[in-house]
Amino acid sequence: MTLPSHLTADVLVIGAGGAGMYAAIEAARAGRSVILADRSLIGRGGATVMAQMTVAVALEEQGLDHWENHYADTLTAGRGLCDPALAQLLCELGPARIREMDAWGVGWARENGEYKRAFAPGHDRPRCVYVDFLNTGPAVSRTLRARLNRTPEIRRIGELLVSELTVRDGECIGATALHVPTGAPVSIAAGATIVATGGLTHMYRRNSASLNMSGDGYALALAAGAELVDMEFVQFFPIGHLAPRLIGMDPIMWDPFRYKLGGRLLNGLREEFIHDYGSEDDGKYVVTRDLATYAIEKEVAAGRGSPHGGAYLSFEHCSEAELRAAGGPVIDRLAANGIDLTKQAVEVAPIAHYHMGGVRVDAKMATSVPGLYAAGEAVGGANGANRLSGNAITEALVFGCQAGASAAEHAARGRVRADVMTFDAARRRITEGVTTRGFNPAALIEAVQSTMQDDVGPFRTESSLRRALDTLGALRKELPGLKPAAGTAFDGALVDWYDLATMTRVGTCVASAALARNESRGAHQREDFPGLDAQWGVNQIIALAGDTLHLERQAVPS
Amino acid sequence: MSERAVLIIRRGTPGGAQREESWDVPFEPGQSVLDGLRWIRSHQDPTLAIRYSCTNANTCKECMVRLDGKTVYACTARLHPGTMRIEPLPNKALVRDLVTELAPRDERLSS
Repeated sequence: MTLPSHLTADVLVIGAGGAGMYAAIEAARAGRSVILADRSLIGRGGATVMAQMTVAVALEEQGLDHWENHYADTLTAGRGLCDPALAQLLCELGPARIREMDAWGVGWARENGEYKRAFAPGHDRPRCVYVDFLNTGPAVSRTLRARLNRTPEIRRIGELLVSELTVRDGECIGATALHVPTGAPVSIAAGATIVATGGLTHMYRRNSASLNMSGDGYALALAAGAELVDMEFVQFFPIGHLAPRLIGMDPIMWDPFRYKLGGRLLNGLREEFIHDYGSEDDGKYVVTRDLATYAIEKEVAAGRGSPHGGAYLSFEHCSEAELRAAGGPVIDRLAANGIDLTKQAVEVAPIAHYHMGGVRVDAKMATSVPGLYAAGEAVGGANGANRLSGNAITEALVFGCQAGASAAEHAARGRVRADVMTFDAARRRITEGVTTRGFNPAALIEAVQSTMQDDVGPFRTESSLRRALDTLGALRKELPGLKPAAGTAFDGALVDWYDLATMTRVGTCVASAALARNESRGAHQREDFPGLDAQWGVNQIIALAGDTLHLERQAVPS
Repeated sequence: MSERAVLIIRRGTPGGAQREESWDVPFEPGQSVLDGLRWIRSHQDPTLAIRYSCTNANTCKECMVRLDGKTVYACTARLHPGTMRIEPLPNKALVRDLVTELAPRDERLSS
């Protein structure tokens, strides 16, 4: 077995979820050679494959919709903070991507030949296509994978954990990575690089994330000189499964049942409560994610939570036939876990689900660093302070396509810079390290997840945020002296160390931006500053100077 | 109401000495074998090599191991009181401990 220590491609795509795969396909369509790298196995990790149902898209057939309606709903959900150019791109080009996926055989649910469109909270009409049953993510992922495999210009390499983007004279010239199965370092020179690493929800104790979603792309881009935007806005999915313990099911599984059957959200006293918080939930699923999260957490805090600290979700009023029609084989998987929805309510609670903030890009998906692009959830700005249900997959496909085209164009203009010294130094940083005893990075990751959940979660206060910043800062200071040397096959402790470095950096960005924002808006709720403050209708931008974070307010782009 | 399982885990590298380690793991009824393996890493020994991605959804299909002689997903097999023997897949190349080579040949660095 020969293991290369250096590779070259016109375009390097980091992250093989929906955005990364689409970017790779598009860059190859433009005639460029592509390396598609992921720290997990290709097509297994990330968020796309985990999506259960809705993909928001304004399909115009029969005059039923227009992208401007979708755009208006996206801006409303974003509570004044959306970057209009990015939101427009998502909504306007969504239909083309959804139709292309259809032509590639994804299998959107249909009725009498027409797309079935589900109604999701925050939309003015039924707008979300999907694949039954609870199968949207796997179907999208499988379809893109089949295209990848038929594209010889794309080389797919799994189990590469990118430790840094490689920058020379202010320009991104590729990346350097740890090859996890062997512990060997490898550098990749590229004419253009796309960060498509998804979000940061694995930083939270209660999450619906794959293991590879601890904010890698944010830390990489920031260190390379790019800016981050809206980092304080972490979306909690209000009805993540809490109890009884379910195995073999994603915790966001109740969403499709809600879309199809409504269901009733009840507090620990089995009383409806959403109407006390200014929305309704009368057997219909209309309450938005930020408001539902707020209402459930408040009921729990007031001592009216369910036994495990959430709310009840009940479908007890539905017949067995209705449940079977909505859930298909999922009903059998529930039965295998001992759950009969006609006889019992389940417990649900808010769970970290998506990050609205991210790498700041223009409508070409270009960052402020020449040669560096971003795509998908890694991008910030399109969804403002709160994301509309169904926009994440659309965003992955549209932004992935755009980033692939832009990166291909950039790579065609210049040549790949095989800068031996710079790459050698980056590889050495992976290899170097110490042997430490009594250091358990896996335990520290759980501690960071608790800090983020408890102090930088759905509710924040000045004191909780300051506490989190102290904890993260103290841990970050310890890390350089604890880095394990690379060279061991599948060294989980070394992988955990890289995650800790990322999580402490990105967690600090989230907490700093949350501390500065003295108001409550969308997914950012400050107990000490309840209510929206019109003066805070601005974005917060984070950049790195040396090792210091700089936070700055800027007007929302018009 | 916590129960305990004894996980006997085969560890080692390709061509190196193989050994069995025994861990006493607490659990709540309903928890998965993967929960137990993750507990060992964060409470006892972070060097135990295991492969998983989605944690609970059985979507990534990365956590296949041999449990008492049968191939299972660690995320859907449940812990039970008593002894459970966990080994790497016998029909895949060993990487380390419970991790085996699952990537198709053309998705590896060495291809």
